[in-house]
Amino acid sequence: MAEVLVLVDHVDGEVKKVTTELLTAARRIGEPAAVWVGAGADSGTAKLAEYGAQKVYTAPAELADYVVAPKAELLAHLAQEKSAAAVLVSATPENKEIAGRTAVKLGSGVLTDVVDVTGEVVTEHSVFGGATVTHAKVRSGVPVVAVRPNSVPAEPAEGAAEQEEVSVELSDAAKAAKVVERVVQEKGERPELTEAAIVVSGGRGVGSDDFSVVESLADSLGAAVGASRAAVDSGWYPNQFQVGQTGKTVSPNLYVALGISGAIQHRAGMQTSKNIVAVNKDPEAPIFELADFGVVGDLHTVAPQLTEEINKRK
Amino acid sequence: MNIVVLVKQVPDTATERKLSPDDNTLDRAASDGVINELDEYAIEEALLLKEKHGGEVTVLTMGPDQATDSIRKALSMGADKAVHLVDDALEGSDALQTAYALSKALGTVEFDLVVLGSESTDARTGVLGAALAEYLGLPQLTLAGKVDVDGSAVRVQRATDYGYDVVEAQLPAVVSVIEKINEPRYPSFKLIMQAKKKPVEKLGIADAGIEADRVGLANAATETVDFAPAPPRAAGTVVKDEGDGGVKAAEFLAEKKFV
Repeated sequence: MAEVLVLVDHVDGEVKKVTTELLTAARRIGEPAAVWVGAGADSGTAKLAEYGAQKVYTAPAELADYVVAPKAELLAHLAQEKSAAAVLVSATPENKEIAGRTAVKLGSGVLTDVVDVTGEVVTEHSVFGGATVTHAKVRSGVPVVAVRPNSVPAEPAEGAAEQEEVSVELSDAAKAAKVVERVVQEKGERPELTEAAIVVSGGRGVGSDDFSVVESLADSLGAAVGASRAAVDSGWYPNQFQVGQTGKTVSPNLYVALGISGAIQHRAGMQTSKNIVAVNKDPEAPIFELADFGVVGDLHTVAPQLTEEINKRK
Repeated sequence: MNIVVLVKQVPDTATERKLSPDDNTLDRAASDGVINELDEYAIEEALLLKEKHGGEVTVLTMGPDQATDSIRKALSMGADKAVHLVDDALEGSDALQTAYALSKALGTVEFDLVVLGSESTDARTGVLGAALAEYLGLPQLTLAGKVDVDGSAVRVQRATDYGYDVVEAQLPAVVSVIEKINEPRYPSFKLIMQAKKKPVEKLGIADAGIEADRVGLANAATETVDFAPAPPRAAGTVVKDEGDGGVKAAEFLAEKKFV
């Protein structure tokens, strides 16, 4: 069976959930082979084995010193050497870029923001703010596919996870854009937005940069915090937490929208959430068309009561 | 410093967007075309860089005849001239073919920097800047929330999950911007009038040296197989808060096993 390369997302050796989802999807196509860049492969390998990785290709951390291009060189090199059936990455902004460059190098095609994938590598996409579902495929060459986190449920399966070191001679072009500093902002204890099973977001209705009403509810649920564009544009919450068309796309099990009207710009980033709860003063707010449960009322009274009630039930 | 800004005309997100059942590509007649929102931030950034470092801002668009509307908009914001890559052979090109075609069109223009929006609101692939850098063999400085040029060096703050990376490269380079970078200006009446007289060069694929068998729907490496409206969400329950809205929401969450 042909290998299916899966680019591993990890933070210092801890494998992210989306990688287990990708390994699950890869098993439908062929034999999953994880591709690990940077340190920590030894601590992460057990997790990869648990989700069916037969191989773990490891590459040096140096690849992450430059923007995107080195990882694309690595993936393209491996895809050719191993005659891979497909390359899967998570649909984060950076990984989509890696996918694009990898496909250019392979002379194949790239499919992004995929919400499901079959064994024949036919991909499903949710487009136009969730209004339309499309299916697509790559007609020639090795398909390079970026899958949205929280889309394919992870299922365990045993794998050998045999490690193999890969050496890549980086081209000068791959070293053209160098990362000179990494700046960590607001790294809290909350789960990461795109990975989180529950997301609580605040919008215009929050009314100020005091997001504590949103954060308290999020913390009671163990959720990530998001913000609408209106809230981010007003400077109430940092940019990297923006959910929507020009921000992050999330697909959690539960999405709680506080004081968010639900304009198309926002819906594009959260419409594939499995359950949606909305609190808004305006009974006409379009978010109520999406909501499985909606409360017409002031979030400043409803959300604290909800938080208290959740904490009571714990 | 000469800057090329890439501009894409997209269907207005405020209208109902459709695919065409004939070939599963965008139905451009179904909605009004507007300039891709993030491209306005790219234009603004190019104009700010020009104001600081001098040079010229050229708009480059690939798209059908109607895309002239977006070109005019970009020129009325203050860009100096435009190149319109327009050819029937380009119709239905996918993201990578588009990046290839634009890389060839860029071969006809002198530039130090290419600036574009980090994604379009229609296809949202987010790969164009990266693929373009790959084809051009130039440094990729994408997802920029801040751009500084100092002599021949360019430095950007690249948005990441944890904050940002500071990234450096030598010109020429490809920069894509996110919306946090600036606040796009509104065209003044004077600039709108001037824009009508600014030069727009039309380029066919032969002019740009693009091989006909590398672009267009028939030669795309990707194919949209089918499409359908998303199944409607089952109607939910909406209650009015009468002092117990939070409790009722908690009951719903308990029923769904979230608490």
